[in-house]
This record gives sequence, structure tokens and C-alpha cells, in this order.
Amino acid sequence: MCRQNAKKGHGGRGWWGQEGSRRVTCLCSDLAALAGWPLAGVKPPRLLFSFLSCPRVRAPGCRMNCRSEVLEVSVEGRQVEEAMLAVLHTVLLHRSTGKFHYKKEGTYSIGTVGTQDVDCDFIDFTYVRVSSEELDRALRKVVGEFKDALRNSGGDGLGQMSLEFYQKKKSRWPFSDECIPWEVWTVKVHVVALATEQERQICREKVGEKLCEKVINIVEVMNRHEYLPKMPTQSEVDNVFDTGLRDVQPYLYKISFQITDALGTSVTTTMRRLIKDTLAL
Amino acid sequence: METDLNSQDRKDLDKFIKFFALKTVQVIVQARLGEKICTRSSSSPTGSDWFNLAIKDIPEVTHEAKKALAGQLPAVGRSMCVEISLKTSEGDSMELEIWCLEMNEKCDKEIKVSYTVYNRLSLLLKSLLAITRVTPAYRLSRKQGHEYVILYRIYFGEVQLNGLGEGFQTVRVGTVGTPVGTITLSCAYRINLAFMSTRQFERTPPIMGIIIDHFVDRPYPSSSPMHPCNYRTAGEDTGVTYPSVEDSQEVCTTSFSTSPPSQCVFTVTKAHFQTPTPVVTDTLRVPMAGLAFSHQPAALGVGSADLAYPVAFAAGLNATHPHQLMVPGKEGGVPLAPNQPAHGAQADQERLATYTLSDGAHCAATPSSSEDTETVSNSSEGRASPHDVLETIFVRKVGAFVNKPINQVTLTSLDIPFAMFAPKNLELEGADPMVNPPDSPETESPLQGSLHSDGSSGGSSGNTHDDFVMIDFKPAFSKDDILPMDLGTFYREFQNPPQLSSLSIDIGAQSMAEDLDSLPEKLAVHEKNVREFDAFVETLQ
Repeated sequence: MCRQNAKKGHGGRGWWGQEGSRRVTCLCSDLAALAGWPLAGVKPPRLLFSFLSCPRVRAPGCRMNCRSEVLEVSVEGRQVEEAMLAVLHTVLLHRSTGKFHYKKEGTYSIGTVGTQDVDCDFIDFTYVRVSSEELDRALRKVVGEFKDALRNSGGDGLGQMSLEFYQKKKSRWPFSDECIPWEVWTVKVHVVALATEQERQICREKVGEKLCEKVINIVEVMNRHEYLPKMPTQSEVDNVFDTGLRDVQPYLYKISFQITDALGTSVTTTMRRLIKDTLAL
Repeated sequence: METDLNSQDRKDLDKFIKFFALKTVQVIVQARLGEKICTRSSSSPTGSDWFNLAIKDIPEVTHEAKKALAGQLPAVGRSMCVEISLKTSEGDSMELEIWCLEMNEKCDKEIKVSYTVYNRLSLLLKSLLAITRVTPAYRLSRKQGHEYVILYRIYFGEVQLNGLGEGFQTVRVGTVGTPVGTITLSCAYRINLAFMSTRQFERTPPIMGIIIDHFVDRPYPSSSPMHPCNYRTAGEDTGVTYPSVEDSQEVCTTSFSTSPPSQCVFTVTKAHFQTPTPVVTDTLRVPMAGLAFSHQPAALGVGSADLAYPVAFAAGLNATHPHQLMVPGKEGGVPLAPNQPAHGAQADQERLATYTLSDGAHCAATPSSSEDTETVSNSSEGRASPHDVLETIFVRKVGAFVNKPINQVTLTSLDIPFAMFAPKNLELEGADPMVNPPDSPETESPLQGSLHSDGSSGGSSGNTHDDFVMIDFKPAFSKDDILPMDLGTFYREFQNPPQLSSLSIDIGAQSMAEDLDSLPEKLAVHEKNVREFDAFVETLQ
């Protein structure tokens, strides 16, 4: 399935988990049996047929490999939040548009996105984010959880956050919607502890410079103009965009994080979903 | 070339490119104003926000951009360039960045103008917003104010990268393919921020009035004038920018002054406060004979948007000593310390030394006096606290984009005559300030000693801290945009208050023994007046 390829970028478990995909396969066969398709010789409806014959589901325009970018930063403990927010906001700045207002004849107009500068307190750095308090709050919440998890893990101070943009593909009953990621940004964080004030001062500047480089990297990727979901019709807009915010409309995204040990395997897998999406069968 | 573009698409495309160019200029200039930019999102389309982004239009900037474009659009060989440069209060200037909007011949015929091109241009503007905060000039521009200003210039034509010094770097913001060509937006920025002042250090007459022809020497085909990047509309207040230090490292040559060249390392320092704080430009290497720096803040047209040029660079000063006030701030640096005259200073050194910059009340025109001290005292209006502590700290601080370790420089290692008498470094935290000069007869605090201009300053050379750790006081949690002064500034300003007069021992004060001797007489007098005292006490009860 497409999703299996998306797992590549995570370095950890894909968000389905291993159980997830197995469950779906079992489900297919069970359903076929349940259906007890009585009409021999007649092709089953396409829905069942496609599941029975080929479990790969391709949404139109979906790429088999979703784009995956990895960024790494080394920061001091108190810089974690700001560094993560800087990266996430920079990515979301590029992946948000104004609110769509659909008019008749299938046309739509787009609202305006405002921006604002944010100065970091612990890093010599300023980043630009969209002017949306809701979005900022949501990001701060999850980054705060990540920071706490890092702190409480007591490990080497290694962790990563993933920002995944996905599209929803509506499936017919009884299957719930699929989430097909098309871009995943992974930020790996290494927390260092510094002893003296002078080191901290140097760290402020160094991390500021590093974040400047990261922003340039992000912009480079954005500039490649690679796959973006097609602009949806009014009925499909919720499959592509997060229309729940009041003032801006980012692409559907979810953020998760993991605390890892030095080998990169997951010590505790903690999933936080901002958009609920489950395979609850 | 035959384009398959229909006329409507062509018109749309031209319009998009034109407004994209104008918005690009707005974004770049606004990013160099020195303030944080904040615009609001609006869910309902207003119809006037190009590319669905809320980017304010500063009228003067639009005017300049339109003037430069002169009805044309960027095309092959005709790029629109925005040049960002820095100009110090002494008149030295340096190009920092050149932003180029270019068009090349690679066409993308298949692309849909009204939809894909528009959205990609919008994405490119967002990238520009992000990148403009990331180049080194951003941090410099946030700290501009009294010591230097950031200027912009728009020109159209060939890109001129000569002024950026050696080893400049480029960053590409993005490209957008269109049916008529590919639009590319990139930035070339200077890495090496040190430059040599080509001004000879002698008493120069004050520069009065508006400098218009400063860039006449530039080898540019279109010598459009430079404009300061800090327009302020009426009623708008700049946010507090942090007092901070920006240092240049070593000597390198530039040549854009009309004065004969001379060896001097120039350091750009800056303090941009709402409250007055002493700040001064420093030189590390200074021939003693006849220095002239300008300490007048570069007064800019605050609130007067009709001043299109940086105004009023300072009178030369007779500061015949190396001194430095570095104001640490968010970016780190050294703690503030007012300077101390090194030697043989005039009587008005005190005033000179204790000057502070006036805060937001920039004077819009040069003070009429040609005397440095007068200009200094003019600018010292409104200063909050007289700084009687006159000490100097020399620190070299590395800017974010220079690959050099921080190292402290002491005066003794500098090539200054009379270095012995120059004030020495001191440690910020905890340590006592200047030890009493050993050969000073007074026992008063070093603060007082240094008040009396020169005498004690020579003696203070006893302390040479060759290695000290400059620890910056940077209270990250206490920054307050509402109050003009943050905790760090407050601390630095008031950390060396003058000693209470009652605690000081005057030269003519009686010694302890004398005090004791006079006690019996005093007692006798009091006993005589016992009755009066008793009556008084009764009234109290």
C-alpha cells in the first residue's frame, strides 16, 4: 500500500503500525467470506473486487513514495521548544493558504494569510509564522509534550518529531478513510547539556546559525514544486485541507514524536495525533 | 518567439510579475526596517491582497520601486535588484546584500498562468519572507539605530556584485517557471563584515545637513539614491530592540570615502533603546593625535517620512582616547560601561564620557554647534542616569556569521600609544570594579576617582586582566515589549551607581580621632540645654 512506503521517512513505526496493515488484510478475506458472494460467475461489485484482488489502493494523483525530508538539530534543553517551533512554523507557512470560499460554478476565492515575526528567547534567531493563534497553540501544545517527553525520558536526549501532510481518501462503508501522506518532515533533536555560561552563549549563536541553514533547506525543498495535492472541489476540500481553523487553511497534517535511543530505535513510541484518524475496526 | 499565450493570459502574467516585483521589494525593505513585522490573516478575501498574502505597502517604497522599474518588467538581462547596505554614523558604508529578481529564457509553456503561476509566486513570496530573516543582514538591521542605519536602493539592469567583498555567498529563494521565462529570486550577501574606515582620524568639521551625494563614487550605471530602511509611519512606535553589540573583526579594505585612507579598525556598535543609554562607537586602534569620531546618533527621520535620506551625521569629536561602550543585549556582548578618558582629557571629558544617546527623540537635523561636546550634551537630553562610572571594556564579539572564536582583547595588546593609561577590562559579575588607583591619594571609591577626569585614570592601569570571562547578563525571561527598558538594560545601567556622598570620606573630613575629641564639648553643650530637650520630649509624648 502507499502507506507502507511512507514509513520510510519515519525511522520508526509507520503510523499504522505493523498490526494495522495485517488487520486490513485479514479484514479483506473475512469480508469476502462474510459477503458470501452468492452469485457465481458474476463479478462482484468493484469495491469488493478491488479489495479482493488487489489490496493496493491508489488515490488519483497519489505518489507511491511520499516525499520525506529529515532535518537534524543539536540544541540545549531550553532551546528545544523554540527550535522545533521555528522549523514547524516555517514548513507550515509554506503549506498554508487562506481560507477557501467556494462560489457558484465551482470557483473559489482565497482569504489572506498574514505573517508575523517571532523572536526566540534562547536562540539568536527569528522566524516567520502565519498569523494564526489557533495554529500556534496547536503546535505549541504538541511541542510542549515532546519537550516534556524528552526531559522525562532520561535517556540520551534524542528524539524526533514528524510533521506529515496527508490526503484523506474517502472509502465506502465499512472502511474508514485512508490517510495517504504526501510529504513528511522529520526533525531529529539531540539535546546537549552545557556547563558554563560562555558555552551557552556560543550555543545560542551556533543554534541560530544552524536554524538559518535549516530554513534555507526547507525553502529549497519547497521551491522544487513537486507534488502537491490538486485543488479540491468544495466537497473534497476536507480531504486535502484542514478547514477547522478560523483564519488560515493548512494542508491536512499530523504531528507525532518519538523518543529514541542512540540506535534510533524507539524506546517509547508516543503518538499524538492532532487530527483523529483511526482504523477502528 | 511564438508564445501560445492568449492575450488575457499574457496580460495577467505581466500583471502578476509586476506586482510580484513590487511585493518583493516591500518584503525585503520591511525586513530591514529593524522591527518585527506582523500582519493579520483575514479569512474573507479583501481583493486587494496580492498573492493572498498580507503584505503592507509602504508608499515610499512602492514609489521607489515603480520609479526604478519605469514601466518595465524584469526580463532577460534586465533584473530588478534591491541593494541593502549599512551606513555608520561616521559616514562609512558597506554593502550587505543584493537581492535579485531575474528572468531567464527557460519557458514553461504548459503551465497555467492564472492558477499555478499565481500560487507558485505566492509560495515564493512566503519563502522570501522566511529567507529575509535568515541572512546576516537581518540581525544587523534589527540593531540599527544610532550607530548605523540600513539603507536600500533599487535599480534595474545588470546585477552588480562588486561591493559585497570577497567570498560573498548566495542563497536562492526560489524559481517559478512561466510561459515567458523563469523567474528567479536570489540573494547575494556579504560574509566578511569587517571593513576599514578610510577616514583619517583627525578633527573633521561636522557634517551638516543632508548627505545626498554619498554614493557618487559608486561605479553604478544608475546612481539612485539610498534610502534608509526605517520608515516609521506616524504614531507607530518601534518595538524595543535589544541593545546589543556588533563587532567587526579585522581590517579589510574598502574604498568609499572621499577622505584619504588611513589605518583604523572600525567597530560598529549599536544601541537602540527607547531609554537612553550610553553608547559609543569604538575604535580599537587609534592614533592618539587628534582623533575624531562622531558620537552623534545618526538621526533619522523618525516619524517624518519625508526625509528620504539619512540625516545628520555627527560632528567629529575630540575623543582622544580609545574607548568603547558595548551594550550587550540579546545577541550577547559585553556589559555596558561608560567610557573613561584615557589621558589628558579636557575638562569636558566628563560630559563627553557621560553622554547618553537620546532615545527615540532623534533630532532630525544636525545640531547647530560644531563642538563635539555640545553635540554630545544635546544628545544627552533625557538621559536617565548619569553614569559616573567610567570604565571601558574591550571585547571582540563574533557576529553570527563570522567564523571566528570569541576572544577578548585587552588594551595592552593593542597598538595604542598610552595604552598604559587606557582603562582596563573588568569582570562583570560580582567582582569589584576598578580597584582604587594605587597612587591616588584619595580613598574614595574608584567611581569618584574616575570622575575627576584624568588624574586617577592613569593610576588605574594597575589592573590588567589579561584573561577574563565576559559573562553577559541576558535575562531571557524578562524581555518586555511594553516597557522601553528590559531587565538587562536596567541592570547594566544601574549596576554601578555613584556612591552616596554620605558614605564617602571627604578629603577635608575630620578623622576619627578628631571626632572623638570633639565629643566632650558637644556633650557639655547638650547638658546645658537639658531643659529644652526635656520640654521637647514632653511635647512628643
